[in-house]
Amino acid sequence: MTHEMILAGFGGQGVMLMGQMLAYAGMIEGKHVSWLPSYGPEMRGGTANCAVVVSDQPVGSPLITRPSIVVAMNLPSLDKFEGSIKPGGLLIYNNSLIASKPERDDITILPVPANEIANELGSDRIANMVVLGALLGTTPMVETQSILAALRHALPPHRHNLLPLNEQAIKRGQELAKQ
Amino acid sequence: MGEKILMKGNEAIGEAAIKAGCRHFFGYPITPQNELPEYMARRLPEVGGAMVQAESEIAAINMVYGAAGAGVRVMTSSSSPGISLKQEGISYIAGAELPCVIVNMVRGGPGLGGIQPAQGDYWQATRGGGHGDYRVLVLAPAGIQEMVDVVQDAFDLADKYRNPVMILGDGMMGQMMEPVMFRDEAVTKLPEKDWATTGTRHHPGRRNVINSLYLQPDRLEEHNDHLQRKYAEIEANEVRYEEVDVEGAELVVAAYGTTARIVRSAMEAAKQAGLRVGLIRPITLWPFPVEPFERAAEHAKAFLSVEMSAGQMVEDVRLAVNGKKSVHFYGRTGGMVPTPEAVLAKFKEILGGEA
Repeated sequence: MTHEMILAGFGGQGVMLMGQMLAYAGMIEGKHVSWLPSYGPEMRGGTANCAVVVSDQPVGSPLITRPSIVVAMNLPSLDKFEGSIKPGGLLIYNNSLIASKPERDDITILPVPANEIANELGSDRIANMVVLGALLGTTPMVETQSILAALRHALPPHRHNLLPLNEQAIKRGQELAKQ
Repeated sequence: MGEKILMKGNEAIGEAAIKAGCRHFFGYPITPQNELPEYMARRLPEVGGAMVQAESEIAAINMVYGAAGAGVRVMTSSSSPGISLKQEGISYIAGAELPCVIVNMVRGGPGLGGIQPAQGDYWQATRGGGHGDYRVLVLAPAGIQEMVDVVQDAFDLADKYRNPVMILGDGMMGQMMEPVMFRDEAVTKLPEKDWATTGTRHHPGRRNVINSLYLQPDRLEEHNDHLQRKYAEIEANEVRYEEVDVEGAELVVAAYGTTARIVRSAMEAAKQAGLRVGLIRPITLWPFPVEPFERAAEHAKAFLSVEMSAGQMVEDVRLAVNGKKSVHFYGRTGGMVPTPEAVLAKFKEILGGEA
């Protein structure tokens, strides 16, 4: 199974980290992974994004033009990437910030009120982890434990007190996806 | 081997260089390779080395010249416009026969161009790049693990032949992350360099001179003959490439670095469509792997070079195929990256019809 994903949003919404955590978790589980960030003017206008591949096979092109999964954290990202998703693919979008509805009828669409849930949990900054949870709830490509191990690696030790909050956010996202 | 870690290409090069015994790095900032000097600035002091951010690319390459002359393992990195500025120094270093490793994370050109991935520096890299009859070895990795592996190779080749070695990546190779493993044991003993200008205290009774100036034409021709013999030896011994599904292929594709990865994705789709497509992926761009193309020309119907340029490596493919079969080209420029879909469409166009 090969998952080809584009995760996109404003700079600061944590899409790069979300992608790295997926890649790291995949690597921990012995899968083939790649993570490719957008850089430079491509990121202007609110569509900072990364392409992530998690696969049982060696990764060919790390650049994804026809993703099987898109995560859109804001409206410019939804506008930019909705059309590129493969038929039968998955679109997760942050309906805390995106008022308009996606138009595709040949893909699975999951709205996630990421900022609302994150605020309920006490920090707007974990909206990315809520979405990551929703993604894992819909498409369990890696174990939650591997994501937590990746987070433990990515966060400096003095931030490890934030791990339980991140875990909660991921769980809330997973529960939402299963409803 | 150590444990697997997820690393950006630029940072992986830095760590691999340190593992290979590099303790000196001279650079000047330019996108998309900044993570490499940044990494060296942080890591080199921890291992007793030094990173200097020079006042310009020209200064940086001349610092490399000096450090290489002193016999240490030294590296610099830049991206296309910065590499153009370094060419004078590279020519001097090649002329003076000194070992060093130069990294070019290629971006779109010409001029200041852009900052997205490109392969438009192929000619510059494989034809020397500066003035005079000289060559640099050019290694083009197609993944982050291979990038780590070629860095070690690059330092060893540079020392073995007393010649600059270039690692030719692109913005994508520099920025992307993949799992890598480093060898547990770092290089501790470097090859003997009895030519290094380390002071007569270290080589009593012998003056070591580093020089690329020969005013007498006959002496300079002798020097050039010597260099050409060395380059012939490199061409005979140091060719590296990978072949994928070449045997029985009707269409043989040539691609390196990032583009080879995209071609691999297109080949997967081609296989499902019943097309027989193979890949020859040069890892050394100079010396160019001529022999696999000669072999493939016996059975393949056609060749295709896929590049992020207007068509540069395709000339080497044509020279290698030597008119035996048709050689096609597909490329994008300016920082645009070919898509697997477009490459697959080109396969179908060449092989004819819907296949």
